[in-house]
Amino acid sequence: MTGELGQFALCLALALSLVQAGAGLAGARIDAAQARSVASGAALGFFVFVALAFGALTYAFVTSDFSVADVYQNSHTLKPLIYKITGVWGNHEGSMLLWVLVLGIYSALMTFAERGGARLTSAALGVQGLLACAFVLFILFTSDPFQRIDPMPLEGQGLNPLLQDPGLAMHPPMLYLGYVGLSATFAYAAAALITGDADRSWARAARPYMLVAWIALTLGITLGSWWAYYVLGWGGFWFWDPVENAALMPWLVATALLHSALATERTGAFRTWSLLLAIAAFSLSLIGTFLVRSGVLASVHAFANDPERGLVILVMLGIAIGSALLLFAWRAPKLESGAEFEIASRETTLLLNNLLLCFAVTVVFFGTLYPLALQSLTGERISVGAPYFAMLFAPAFVVLLILVPFGPRLAWRKDDLKQAARTLVPAAGAALVGAVIVLAFATPRSLAAAGAFALAIWVIGASVIDLRTRLTRHTLSTSGLASVLAHAGLGITLIGIAATTVWKSQSIDVIGPGQSLRVANYELRLDSVEPVSGPNYQAMRANIEVLKDGRDIGTITPEKRSYPAEGQAISDTAIRTTGFSDLYVALGDERGGGRWSVRAFVNPLAPFIWFGGALMALGGLTSLWGRVRVRFARLAPAE
Amino acid sequence: MMRAVFAFLLAAFCVTSAAYADYGPEKLSDPKLEARAVALQRSFRCLVCQGESLDESNAQLAGDLRRLIRARILAGDSDRQITDFLVSRYGDVILMKPPLEPGTYILWFGPLLILVAGGAIAGVIVYRARLRLRGSP
Repeated sequence: MTGELGQFALCLALALSLVQAGAGLAGARIDAAQARSVASGAALGFFVFVALAFGALTYAFVTSDFSVADVYQNSHTLKPLIYKITGVWGNHEGSMLLWVLVLGIYSALMTFAERGGARLTSAALGVQGLLACAFVLFILFTSDPFQRIDPMPLEGQGLNPLLQDPGLAMHPPMLYLGYVGLSATFAYAAAALITGDADRSWARAARPYMLVAWIALTLGITLGSWWAYYVLGWGGFWFWDPVENAALMPWLVATALLHSALATERTGAFRTWSLLLAIAAFSLSLIGTFLVRSGVLASVHAFANDPERGLVILVMLGIAIGSALLLFAWRAPKLESGAEFEIASRETTLLLNNLLLCFAVTVVFFGTLYPLALQSLTGERISVGAPYFAMLFAPAFVVLLILVPFGPRLAWRKDDLKQAARTLVPAAGAALVGAVIVLAFATPRSLAAAGAFALAIWVIGASVIDLRTRLTRHTLSTSGLASVLAHAGLGITLIGIAATTVWKSQSIDVIGPGQSLRVANYELRLDSVEPVSGPNYQAMRANIEVLKDGRDIGTITPEKRSYPAEGQAISDTAIRTTGFSDLYVALGDERGGGRWSVRAFVNPLAPFIWFGGALMALGGLTSLWGRVRVRFARLAPAE
Repeated sequence: MMRAVFAFLLAAFCVTSAAYADYGPEKLSDPKLEARAVALQRSFRCLVCQGESLDESNAQLAGDLRRLIRARILAGDSDRQITDFLVSRYGDVILMKPPLEPGTYILWFGPLLILVAGGAIAGVIVYRARLRLRGSP
């Protein structure tokens, strides 16, 4: 019964999305205030009904109602409750429903917007309504999550064990919060083009959504990378896998947009450019959804995909991106560019930031899609792996990181470059000292690592200097603090990446009880391997004594788990972290006579990668806090 | 649908196949030759998994190829010969770094062209903004 209710709720949501689209867009031409209130009501109703549908599906999962095909294919009675719930979005149908739910949340929030005026808000709600309508149609016609099976199976097929993990419980909702958050930014940009009010107000109105989307993407990517690191058992954190790239591209464009919209909002500079970036950011989100959902990519992410659905998504993608770009080409030339600034100004640094970030996006875009295009056009197969990205991506980021400290130090419109550079001398000195120390003491000696440390210290040092200046002058605003935190986070992530890449130690061997494996200054002594059982899996657990420089520091227990319901085995790695260095051990397979293959890594400073990501997100939150607080207090925004 | 199932099995295989991979006799005793082998296996892609090199992969085929590379090194082959051998056997798809040839010019130079074009546009924007600032009192 709940399944049918869910489906009915979705149909009602579809009708409301049509009302929202029609009324909202009409508001751009006629009686905006009234149109806005109609569209707002429809948007709130849409949210309520999609939430009901999502609730119905969640209920079916929690109660293991296997008469629903989606539940049968992706759940199992023995699965712990949390993975029954996360199983709702661990499959195609449910994850599309989550997509639409998040879209509904954003539309509902937009109805409360006060900035931007009735015409802009109404048109933005209309654009959201169109998107909602397209996606609900897609769900109802190609991906019905409530389809029944008769007769009802007694037991479900279970969920891919890789997805049964707390890190992954939060990863997809975070990414969707980011992907779909960019739809709100897109809606405001499209609304600005439709109404012709493309001055600063849209950038100001869209700012909170931009920030939420960026924070969510940052956290989603950080969580995903952390998950890959501790679950997949090969000790790496980023593989330039097409699906990872699909999340990285919108993040890079959203980062560029956050910076350029800052100038648009503040001085009116880069108006058309910010509009184009807003369109590009959401287009890349859609492309990401297409890549993951269509089955063109084979990857751990591409669970239960289907090429026919891919074609439908591709058509939707074409219509959405194509019409937005046409709208842009038609309206943008009429917008006047009013930017006035000197070479030495914050605007110039933001422009360079955008140039380099867009180049980075292009590299990821070409590297991800070119092999697909080449294969479908000529049948020729090539791989684009880490070396390609490193060769093109790294130089752009080096230049970007050299420039980062100048941005916050320079004033809008016009400033003294020498003066700004002088305040940064201590950071440059610290960077130089850091590089020398790394070259002198760290083995193996690496010029690349020294350079990366110098860059990271330069960026972090500049953040500290910036913070100090603002504190002593009593000009520390939330947006200033946000830039300090986010830029410092970038530096910390860079340290983690450089150290792990250059100084990683690894060791693989087959050992029996009493024998040991050496990695860096650790000795791992295998005591025993014993069977244990979890709620829905059987595992072999190795008890390994860890000796650091000959001193016993405890036991770690990597496992090899097999999930009978799903017929799959995964390795549960054991990680012992000091916060500065990770000892990472994965249990391989049995080699007869109680001997097991064991793979161990020491990843120095690896945790910094995720600390840095979290710090960047904290920076975003600080900025968002400033916006929300200002809105509630009805004060003029600071700085 | 078959294709989807196949793709999923491939992906699952990368993770589960640790059960069959044989790490044992992989390491060469001469550290210099071993370093060469590691450098080589980083430049080839695991053909079973997405995005992983032979160095990172736990798949059985990757283990076989790692041993093949070492056997070739011991037989006295140069890096070049080993690369050519693997490319002739599996095609360009095994190279982590795509070769520079007419088919990949767009891949290698496309982003650079866009950077140059973007740089030129940025230059014009700054130039105009500066004129405007100086033109207005």
